[in-house]
Amino acid sequence: MKNEAFWGYRRENGRVGVRNHVVILPVDDISNAACEAVAANIKGTLALPHAYGRLQFGEDLDLHFRTIIGTGANPNVAACVVIGIEPGWTKKVVDGIAKTGKPVAGFSIEQTGDINTIAKAARQAKDFLHLVSEQHRVECPIADLWISTKCGESDTTSGCGANPTVGNMYDKLMPKGIYGVFGETSELTGAEHLCKMRAASPEIGDKFLRTFEAYQNDVIEQFKTSDLSESQPTKGNIEGGLSTIEEKAMGNLEKIGREVQYIDVLGPAEAPAKGPGMYFMDSSSAAAECVTLMAAAGYAVHAFPTGQGNVIGHPIVPVIKLTANPRTVRTMSEHIDLDVSGMLRRELTLSQSGDALIDMIIRTANGRVTAAEALGHREFVMTKLYRSA
Amino acid sequence: MYYIEDFGPRPALKAPLHERVQPPVSIPQLLVHSRKDNVGVVVVEGLAAATDMLCVVTEDNSDFRLTSKQAAPIGHKIALKDLSKGDTIVKYGEDIGKAIADIKKGEHVHVHNIKTKRW
Repeated sequence: MKNEAFWGYRRENGRVGVRNHVVILPVDDISNAACEAVAANIKGTLALPHAYGRLQFGEDLDLHFRTIIGTGANPNVAACVVIGIEPGWTKKVVDGIAKTGKPVAGFSIEQTGDINTIAKAARQAKDFLHLVSEQHRVECPIADLWISTKCGESDTTSGCGANPTVGNMYDKLMPKGIYGVFGETSELTGAEHLCKMRAASPEIGDKFLRTFEAYQNDVIEQFKTSDLSESQPTKGNIEGGLSTIEEKAMGNLEKIGREVQYIDVLGPAEAPAKGPGMYFMDSSSAAAECVTLMAAAGYAVHAFPTGQGNVIGHPIVPVIKLTANPRTVRTMSEHIDLDVSGMLRRELTLSQSGDALIDMIIRTANGRVTAAEALGHREFVMTKLYRSA
Repeated sequence: MYYIEDFGPRPALKAPLHERVQPPVSIPQLLVHSRKDNVGVVVVEGLAAATDMLCVVTEDNSDFRLTSKQAAPIGHKIALKDLSKGDTIVKYGEDIGKAIADIKKGEHVHVHNIKTKRW
């Protein structure tokens, strides 16, 4: 039957990747230069530079490690070279990724220097590249797909077309045993009562509401000025016709369809542990931060509906863009993988649109390069909970 | 791929979808999520004032007509009824904020005349 299977890379731990990256992963910001030098030397490997990893502590440091280790452990990564300034935390990241059984090696810079570290790490990266270049895609049941979603630069057409399309996809694929995740905690403001009702049990609904209220109290209320500084809704949202956070939240919730119930509430970058189903992840509504957290939780494909045209991508997870806004299709078509503007013209039903997205997800999982991949969008942006020590 | 004129004319390129003349079928100008809503979403570009709009309610595919009183860009909202300052704005059948000015049926509804109840 159509769209019941896809071609992916079966990893040592049973998970399935849709890409086969050799990643050069810095533990901290000051190891970016060495990682980028290795990736520049060994063609076909990918460095993931980022801004953090020094003097973080407590919950914020836990999140840093969870994000770094989770990204290296993601099944779209075939093998991983880790570089850190010193051996202790480098080993911690290597050990975390090694639990998946995939090839991983660590190098530290202190007492070695960048040049010798780069030389050693580059030889290892080259060996890994030869190894993974002989891996083949195998046919996998669709249940092996982990699909995340987050919308960006939404407008009112998102709620009319692109977001319900994602919801229809989940309504159809959840019964087949996939893993899903949605998040954007602050962006449920005004729809939190409806989101609570979509939990699989009252206890999970209460867990969601506690998470939502904590974000409101600890993040929003603590730092907001008179409003949210044109950040929620964003300037782009407002340009596109969204007037209030409640209106945006209602559109956001369209992404989980009509039938889907979430079975757990995840912390940022936390891997789902209750089996197949939909999960809610406590996360920022900023596109790159949210997609990075979901990738670190192990999700392999991302469905990204946009209205005004958010251009985000991710280094290791293909981000599929869809929009229902015909103006965005016309003015920035190079960013759009799936045009569902027919929904606004009533030429395309919700179910047809959902099927078109499923087709695009399977094609992407099979290897089709997304617009964001072709354009080099590799946003890897870690969430930081508070200032460093 | 390139063509050399001597080999004959180039194949005609199909015009991009947005440049082709749209057939005169019933494409709605306004979509409304729920029958309970008091605003609808403009889904065409360049909506002018005094347009006799086809409005489709997506939850049951019913339709009605409404005349726009003002121009509005694609994605922006139009009031489906007269609203008074303080009235709740309903979209998706849900509360999405309040009117901060009186709004007449057919007028443009956005941040100049409605506001969140939350922040």
